[in-house]
Amino acid sequence: MDFGPMLQGMATVLEPQNLLYCLLGVVVGMLVGVLPGLGPTATIAILLPVIYGLDPVSAIILLAGIYYGAQYGGTITSVLLRLPGEASTVVTVFDGFAMTRQGRAGTALGISAIASFIGGTGAVILMSIVAPIIARFALDFGPPEYTILAIIGVVLVATMGNGSRLKALIAAVIGLVLATVGRDIFTGQTRFTFDILEVSDGIDFVVLAMGIFGVGEILYNLEESLTKPRSPISVSNVWPSRKDVREASGAIGRGSVIGFLLGILPGGGATLASLASYATEKKVAKDPSRFGRGAIQGVAAPEAANNAAATSSFIPMLTLGIPANAAMAVMLGALLIIGVKPGPTMMETNPELFWGVVNSMYIGNILLIILAIPLVGLFVRVLRIRATILAPITVLITLLGVYSVANSTFDILLVIIAGVLGYLMKKLGFEPGPLILAFVLGKILEDTLRQSLRLFDGNVAGFVTRPISGTLFALLVLVIVGPLIFAWIRRSLSSTKKEG
Amino acid sequence: MSADDSTEALMAELLVEEDKAPAGGPWYTRLSAIVTFGVGAFVVLTSVGLGLGEVSEPGPGMWPLVLGIAVMVLSVVLLVRGHVFTDTEKFSKSTLLPLIGVATLVAFWVLLPMIGFEIPAALLVFSWLRWLGRESWRVSIIGTVLTVAAFYLVFVTALGVPIPRLI
Repeated sequence: MDFGPMLQGMATVLEPQNLLYCLLGVVVGMLVGVLPGLGPTATIAILLPVIYGLDPVSAIILLAGIYYGAQYGGTITSVLLRLPGEASTVVTVFDGFAMTRQGRAGTALGISAIASFIGGTGAVILMSIVAPIIARFALDFGPPEYTILAIIGVVLVATMGNGSRLKALIAAVIGLVLATVGRDIFTGQTRFTFDILEVSDGIDFVVLAMGIFGVGEILYNLEESLTKPRSPISVSNVWPSRKDVREASGAIGRGSVIGFLLGILPGGGATLASLASYATEKKVAKDPSRFGRGAIQGVAAPEAANNAAATSSFIPMLTLGIPANAAMAVMLGALLIIGVKPGPTMMETNPELFWGVVNSMYIGNILLIILAIPLVGLFVRVLRIRATILAPITVLITLLGVYSVANSTFDILLVIIAGVLGYLMKKLGFEPGPLILAFVLGKILEDTLRQSLRLFDGNVAGFVTRPISGTLFALLVLVIVGPLIFAWIRRSLSSTKKEG
Repeated sequence: MSADDSTEALMAELLVEEDKAPAGGPWYTRLSAIVTFGVGAFVVLTSVGLGLGEVSEPGPGMWPLVLGIAVMVLSVVLLVRGHVFTDTEKFSKSTLLPLIGVATLVAFWVLLPMIGFEIPAALLVFSWLRWLGRESWRVSIIGTVLTVAAFYLVFVTALGVPIPRLI
């Protein structure tokens, strides 16, 4: 392995301004994660306009910092208030809040910080080794391989989300349709623009993401916020005892490994990782009945797992250009905006960016643990800020932020429309994530599909007969058919059980 | 798979604990299926007009046509299976709040080019604090003044964004 570019990346990260962006990102991420209302994806979406003025390395370091900072921020609300900031900290609620009720909130937060640090750092180390291998393998990919990879990405995200698979698939296909709006790059013809000049170059990703995630979530919370009062909590003694650490160490190790592996898979990511690691701990425990009643392993394992997964989910995005989840889709969109095309060639053409991001994660994780424990008192105070006071501020940031991108009032209207769409999707059980992800992948998918069809002279069988794309195609079939077969086996097993 | 089972059990446990808004009933899903079917049909009709080209040389309409058909097919499945879904949320009296919220956003969009951002921003923040957030008059007024001043300093003075403005 050539360590040159990696060390150079470290030098890039250690430049004072990038260190500052990393710090800024982590702190903003933690604060926003603690504040009521917005999850990490919505936060990144709302802050997208900020990146226009930054150079690419700083921009991605900032966004990455926000992303994993927000992961930890969500933990704080799960433990203290039984309010998971987002899906990946949902299981932390069981034992984390139970510990709070036993007066051990500080210990729960402390062990989460330590678990997050170990999970995150372990994942970065593995990532530094695995990512170059994947990228080297993917250098041979041509348009047909990318077509299939993009389809796998869309299908996996649509089928492995939290809600209904069918609805998620519909949302994804509509995302693909939205990506076709604007000028067709092959013929120059405009499509679905309704003669509106502002969308002739396509719908702006920033506007769509800010609307669907940001405004949509704010509108949705407007309906909920009145019903959920928050009560102040006091936290003391954040440092876990030696006994706590000893009890949690196995859980942290297992959680980190599970998290890293599941994070690479598109679709599942941090949420699936935290669930799976919690389930594993319950299974290996000598006394599973302690879980849900304040078992420290029940906090440590999912926290290590979700941070490891949050980190390893960068791998498919950086090496293949295929985002593994909605947050990564927003991140990919951001990179494309600032003129960086992630993919296997990025490590060759933009090594300082690739290694800059990877190395910033070491620094970010260190900053996270340095800040998390002393700042707990501050976060507890931030928790008392009412959602009703924050909502108008966030909505105004969004409106003016989206205006500042192109100085266009039309974009304000578009962000409002996208917001209404995001709100309705949430109400009607359609996940917004697959739509955004498909929108990002849509252009790549159509371009590579059309290039492939030209390449194959219209013979669709070409996708199967090329060795690499054929293998990927088999994988795609497995991804689609696998869950169906599993479901069928389970159903037939349970029906024979009932009959027997 | 047992790991899967326990994961599902966990989720089920959690959903019981969470106080979710009441589900909206099968017609919520059926109506959304009808809307997405309409979108699909529109996409299909438009893409035929764009020109489909050949499979070896796809025109601008080919890909949208495929997508439009996919949306239509999936929507039909959703319509038929509409009764299975419980993941919708009922629209109720409190739905008025987001509705009013959207109205204030649209008002902001309309007024911004006419009278600059200060007054529309103040109106927006104040109405969200006082009426949507049920904050006291005191908090609402102080909050509005501080927020608008802070935004002026950040966006106009510090960042130099050319927002239409009064002052």
